[in-house]
Amino acid sequence: MADEDEIILSELDDDELVAQMHDDLYDGLKEEIEEGVNILLGRGWTPYDVLTKALVEGMRIVGIDFRDGILFVPEVLLAANAMKSGMFILRPLLAETGAPKLGTMVIGTVKGDIHDIGKNLVSMMMEGAGFDVYNIGINTDVDEYLAALEEHKPHILGMSALLTTTMPYMKVVIDTLIERGMRDDYTVLVGGAPLNEEFGAAIGADAYCRDAAVAVETAKEFMAKKHNELAAG
Amino acid sequence: MTNRLDQLITEKGILLADGAIGTNLFGMGLEAGGAPELWNVEKPDNIRKLHQDFVDAGSDIILTNSFGGTKHRLKLHHADDRVHELNKRAAEIAREVADASDRPIIVGGSVGPTGELMVPLGALSFDEAIHSFQEQMEGLKEGGADVLWIETMSSAEEMQAAATAAIAADLPYVITASFDTAGRTMMGLSPADMHGVTDKQGTQPYAVGANCGVGASDLLAAILDMTESNPNAIIVAKANCGVPQVKGDEVVYTGTPELMHEYTKLAIDAGAKIIGGCCGTTCDHLLQMRSAIDSHSKGERPAIAVLEEKIGPMVNKLAAANDAMPKRERKGRRRA
Repeated sequence: MADEDEIILSELDDDELVAQMHDDLYDGLKEEIEEGVNILLGRGWTPYDVLTKALVEGMRIVGIDFRDGILFVPEVLLAANAMKSGMFILRPLLAETGAPKLGTMVIGTVKGDIHDIGKNLVSMMMEGAGFDVYNIGINTDVDEYLAALEEHKPHILGMSALLTTTMPYMKVVIDTLIERGMRDDYTVLVGGAPLNEEFGAAIGADAYCRDAAVAVETAKEFMAKKHNELAAG
Repeated sequence: MTNRLDQLITEKGILLADGAIGTNLFGMGLEAGGAPELWNVEKPDNIRKLHQDFVDAGSDIILTNSFGGTKHRLKLHHADDRVHELNKRAAEIAREVADASDRPIIVGGSVGPTGELMVPLGALSFDEAIHSFQEQMEGLKEGGADVLWIETMSSAEEMQAAATAAIAADLPYVITASFDTAGRTMMGLSPADMHGVTDKQGTQPYAVGANCGVGASDLLAAILDMTESNPNAIIVAKANCGVPQVKGDEVVYTGTPELMHEYTKLAIDAGAKIIGGCCGTTCDHLLQMRSAIDSHSKGERPAIAVLEEKIGPMVNKLAAANDAMPKRERKGRRRA
């Protein structure tokens, strides 16, 4: 490594530092992300701005390059780990500073399916956008979903699947909610590589979300609708 | 160690593998998210019938119902203490069907990924992975598998662990990967990388190849890359039956028997020696694939445009363009 490549983060101005953090997130550099987060906080940035402008925006770029075949799963995982270490610093501060809370979500990967990378990304991005997220893990059967809904009383239920052989289980969960008269209590969002909008509609979900960024936008829209309905009611 | 697979290829030139296990078992009533491997004990007649139907349709190779048979996968169904039993039973059922046939049938012991991420990305160590595969493979060997069939792989390290376990089991082995992410595996391995992936593992795989992934055209594009980078390797093509598509709340495969007939001819032209189907492939498709193998003699290597014209457009346009990998413009990287 040449000396001239050394970048001293604390010497960068805010814009340069945020751009450098996007690159560092892209490269999965955990320590550098932690340092960048602390510098921005030290300069008086709100935890919410650090989260959205530096970390969430950086992950959005990573998401685009994964979609376009420039990055693959190992790089995305390293980036997500770097983001997680930044989140670790910000989470308690966000709670203290009363950053806007948009709603609550329970999210899990369906029964028979162990893929959790996409679900964890959605979980982090939702948290970054101001949602309380309960990530209940992989291989989730209908009873586990119901128990989590009971316990956390979320606005949104998120389900993920990566396999064509497991995605039909989402319908099992939704049908159970219908049977028990609980379906309308939640906004149900579904996602995962083999799904599409048609599938989401056919199984009775409220929306299919193509990626983590779309999940955040969709969740916000549904929360806004809910607020309006409450105000109108 | 006699390699019956090698004997049969020497004799017949090109072999027909089998169709889909998972999607056909769903057709027999397996519920979404359920464990196919449990049926080796609970509904062995269904498994036997599926193997028999494949043999009757002309398969030379049948794969055991043990894809998710490592303890890591069986744990999802609280059956991680039954690895040996379920894998042995899987191989025994296929062996019975093979031995009852009046022509030689090879039993491939199917070994799928553990589903775990390996160190440093995840928690699974190389030694634990070897151990997990070895436990499964011993069951498959005891039940009578001729060859270990490591499939739908995506991580180089996991393939190396599985190869190490197969060598310890003292059986020939085959490795195929799923190229489902922009023409590579989701971990970023390219089709040509398959040739060197186990070169530190001692005994090399008898064959390498591609299975599952996205569509049949995409799979053959991967096969072309493999045969181009090593024309002498024995290559396996086991494509999904067309492209998986969501229709309403179901997943259907676009491949007709005629399409799979064309696919088989193109696979032969591309240089594959072992050809089969993956998700969605039924006996109707296999019959047409058998007739393609029996009637077609190897022609010119097909261009991507020919694949697209005959069996449908590539799902992954990046691989179709065959361009250098796109890159993002970056500020200076700080680490090499």
